[in-house]
Parts: sequence; C-alpha cells; structure tokens
Amino acid sequence: MAAVTPLLETRGLSCSFGGLRAVDRVDFTLPAGEIRAIIGPNGAGKTTFVSLVSGRIAPSSGSVVFEGEDITGLPAHRRVRKGIAYTFQITSIFPKLAVFDNVALSVQRALLHEGRLTAANLRQGAMDALERTGLAERAREISGNLAYGHQRLLEVAMGLALKPRLLILDEPTQGLSDGEIENFVMLVRRIAEDATVLLIEHNMPLVMELAQRITVFDRGRILAEGTPAEIRDDRAVQDAYLGASADA
Amino acid sequence: MTAPIVRNDRPMAAIMLHVIVIVVLVALQFVLPDYHRAVFSRVLVLAVFAMGYNLLFGYTGLLSLGHAMFFCAGLYGAGMTMSLLGWNAPAGFAAGLACGAVLALVIGLLALRTTGVAFMIVTLMFAQVLYLTILYFNEYTGGDQGFSLRRAARQLGPIDLTDPTTRYFAALILFAAALAVTHMIVRSPRGRVLVAIRENEDRVRMLGYDVFAAKLAAVVLSGVLCAAAGATYAILFGYVGATFATIQYSILPLLWVLLGGAATVLGPLFGTLFMYYVVDITSNYTTAYLLFVGVALILLVLYFPKGVLGTVRERWLQWLP
Repeated sequence: MAAVTPLLETRGLSCSFGGLRAVDRVDFTLPAGEIRAIIGPNGAGKTTFVSLVSGRIAPSSGSVVFEGEDITGLPAHRRVRKGIAYTFQITSIFPKLAVFDNVALSVQRALLHEGRLTAANLRQGAMDALERTGLAERAREISGNLAYGHQRLLEVAMGLALKPRLLILDEPTQGLSDGEIENFVMLVRRIAEDATVLLIEHNMPLVMELAQRITVFDRGRILAEGTPAEIRDDRAVQDAYLGASADA
Repeated sequence: MTAPIVRNDRPMAAIMLHVIVIVVLVALQFVLPDYHRAVFSRVLVLAVFAMGYNLLFGYTGLLSLGHAMFFCAGLYGAGMTMSLLGWNAPAGFAAGLACGAVLALVIGLLALRTTGVAFMIVTLMFAQVLYLTILYFNEYTGGDQGFSLRRAARQLGPIDLTDPTTRYFAALILFAAALAVTHMIVRSPRGRVLVAIRENEDRVRMLGYDVFAAKLAAVVLSGVLCAAAGATYAILFGYVGATFATIQYSILPLLWVLLGGAATVLGPLFGTLFMYYVVDITSNYTTAYLLFVGVALILLVLYFPKGVLGTVRERWLQWLP
C-alpha cells in the first residue's frame, strides 16, 4: 500500500499566549489538491493555527510537516519559498505602490531565486496573476486607492503570484459584496486546479459550496472534520458553532 | 512616493536630470567665487553623507540616530592610517571604506534585532560609544582637538588634493559616484524590496523575502556611503576631529534629508546645501542662527511636509527618482 504523503501535517501543535492555549495539541492532515475550509467561532484559534503553519508565530510545542519535511524550525520567509503562501485577514498590501508593483514584488522573489529575473519575465508573471484575479486593467492604479473588494483581490493576486503549493486564505471574503463573492468562488476553484487551498471563512453558504472537506475548530482544538454534508449534520458542531451563531 | 515600475515611469528623464545636475555643478566651479566654491566642495561631500543616510532612512524606513559613527569610521579610518601609518590617499580612502563596512556590519547585526524607537536608541548609544572611545584614546586620535593631515599626505600621485579646484572636482566625482550608486540601488529589484520593507515589513516577509538580510545589506551600504564621505572629508579638508562623532552629526543628516525630501535621490544635496547656507548666512549677523534654522524647519514642515523634492514629486513630477 503506497501511502501518499500529505501536503501538510501537524502533530500535537500547540501555542499558548500567557495562560491561554490558543491552539491545543492539534493533529491536522491536509492531502494535496484539496480545498479545505476551517471554520469555528471567534477565538477558536483558526488564525493562530494558520499562523503557526505559515511561520508567522512560533509554536509552544508540536511540529509542522510540509511535503514530508519537518519545517517547524524554519522562519516564515523560508516556508514561503517552500510553497506556503499566506494572505492576510486584515488586508496587507503596499498601499503607496501601484497595483502592478505589489504583485511584481511577489513575482520578483521567485524569479530572483531561480536566477531568471528580467523585466519581461517580471511583467509577464505579474500580469498573469493580475489577469487571473481580474485586476489587469487596474495595474497602474495606486493600490491604496482601490475599492476594498479589489484590495482583497490584490491580496489574493499577491499570494497567487508566488505560485504556491499551499495557499492559505484568511477570511478572504470579509467585507465583499455578493457579486464579488461569486467571482471569488470561481477564482478559488481555478486556483485549486494547481494548488491546495486552506480557507478560513465565516460565510457558511460559501464554505458549503466551495470546500471539499471542512475542519471545525473550537477552543483551540479540532472539534470535527468531514465533508460539508457530514459537518452540517454533526450534532457537536451545531451546538458549538452553528447553534451559537443562531442565538446571536 | 517611490519609483514605481510602470506608473509614470520615465527612466531616461531621471537619468537626464542627474546628468544636468552634474553638468551644472561642473559649470559652477568656473563661476563661483573662491569662498563659495569651498562651501560647495564641503557641501558635496556632506551631501554624500546625507545620501548614505537617506538610503537607510528614506528608502528602507529605518531611522538611525547614530550615523555620525559611520562618517567617523571613514574619517578616522582614512585619517589615522594616513597620519600614523603614513599611508597614501587612495590607501587611506580604502581603509576608511573598510572601517565603515565592518562597523556597519557589526552595528547592523546588533541593532537590527530592534525596530522603531529601540533602533533609534541603540544606534544613538553605539555612536556615543564611538565618540567616547575616540576621546579615551586621545593619544592616537587627538581627542576633541583632533589632528590635521599633512599636506604631503593629501596627494593623489601628481595631483594635489589641497588645491581648491582639484578639491572641488574630487568632491564632485565622489558625489556623482554616490548619485549613480544610489540611483542604481533604488531602481534595482533589491532596492524595490527595501522600499517595500518601509511600506509593509510583515508583508515582505510573507512574500518569502529575508527581511533581516535585506535590512542588513541596507545598513552596510548606507554605512559605506557615509564612510566614503568621511574618508573624503579627511583627505580633502585635512582635519579629523571628535566633533564629527557628536550627536549633532547624527542629527544633521536626518535634517538634511527631511529638508530635501526623504527617498528622493537629489533631496540630500538640496537639503545639505540649503541648511549650510542658512547657517552660513545667518551666523554672519547673529549668534542666534539656530533660531533661523528652527524657523526654516517649521516653515518646511508646514509647506513641504515631504521635503522640497518630495513635495515637488508628489505635486508635479511623479517620475522624479
């Protein structure tokens, strides 16, 4: 039996802030090619968990394994080079730079690394990512002047331009209009053709539509994991999350 | 605020502008009266100091309060090897650069563990350490009296660097070289990473860049430029003294850069020139010349918050490097 190495695996991953265990001994496995959603109530540790995966914060204990290699000790920028791209929950772009320049900074890093940084390659790589996100026509605009929805898309474009193996999207649709969300769903589907997507999202209809599997976090632990249908019918999940939000 | 890759980018215009500035400076040599020619020689060297500072402060967004130490690394590196070891001017200049590079590397490794206000304090502290060290070893450094370099040492083969005309051109060559280097750095891919670090450091890291290494490179480049200015100062003006290690000489480049326009290539020259003449002219009339400096700064903050060239770029010439 040839066991396929999962793209991402965490073993006993924990992270404490003072006395609070934000992430508590999480064992998580993500096979390549999936669109996985992480859901859970506020403060469940979702963002902390993906921050541990991307290396933005260091774990208190446990390990992160990416494509069979232990990357627990690697700093964030080395993980990005290995193919883990993270898009920020709070839009994080270079507001004073043109849209093109924002994405070009992503492309440039990969090209520098491969030693084939030329103006033409840079332009092509950046325009490619902008076309995929529908921002090509705005390439010359100063990104800080873009509408919020477009800034979110730019954030995704910067992640895409890294050509990641794993793209982590932290609440990407927050603040988007319905029309924009529809486009976003199509975008994620296209991204998933050649990358694995890990998505933190509060918009339940979107999660049900997009995710192949869902992992539910609650109080720093994995409460349940399964297909969208399984999660919808899971009693514990309903109590912890769906029920709680219905009360609110 | 930066040199964008596509937006309103006119690289030829930028290069032409720099060439014109150099040509004007060459022409001034023949027009200016002796006194002002000497002032310009000094200002050109100090402008290189400001350009080195600008690379770190304007482009990378790191505010250092200790850059006097890099200027002094060049000043003393050149001055002491020439006076104590009898080295010639080129060797002294090289020694100055080497001192600047080594000092910047060490200071960078230590100080870049901090950011923001802590970075300011740590750089300030190291600069004070260097100042006190210079005073402590006054047997060799001349303490706060400093020392003069013999005329015989300040020669470049048959060229006499103490002659006002050669001195002006030597300063101009240094300035032109610094201009070319700065222009090249800020327009290079790695230079754009420095600007991106200033704008959003966390994002740069999450694009896979080694932010620490990039900042360290910026500190070293900045330190070497400042040391080049210091070494040239020692050789051209023949005086090496601890005044240049005081806190005042760490603040001055900051003011020059703010005045001319942070993150503009020509801003440091403009700022240095302006400030030099404000002090020069007003101190003829009153001992309270610092009052005029203060008023000039207040007016500047009110009407040119991004410095003179920074505001010009924002309002009119967006291609300005």
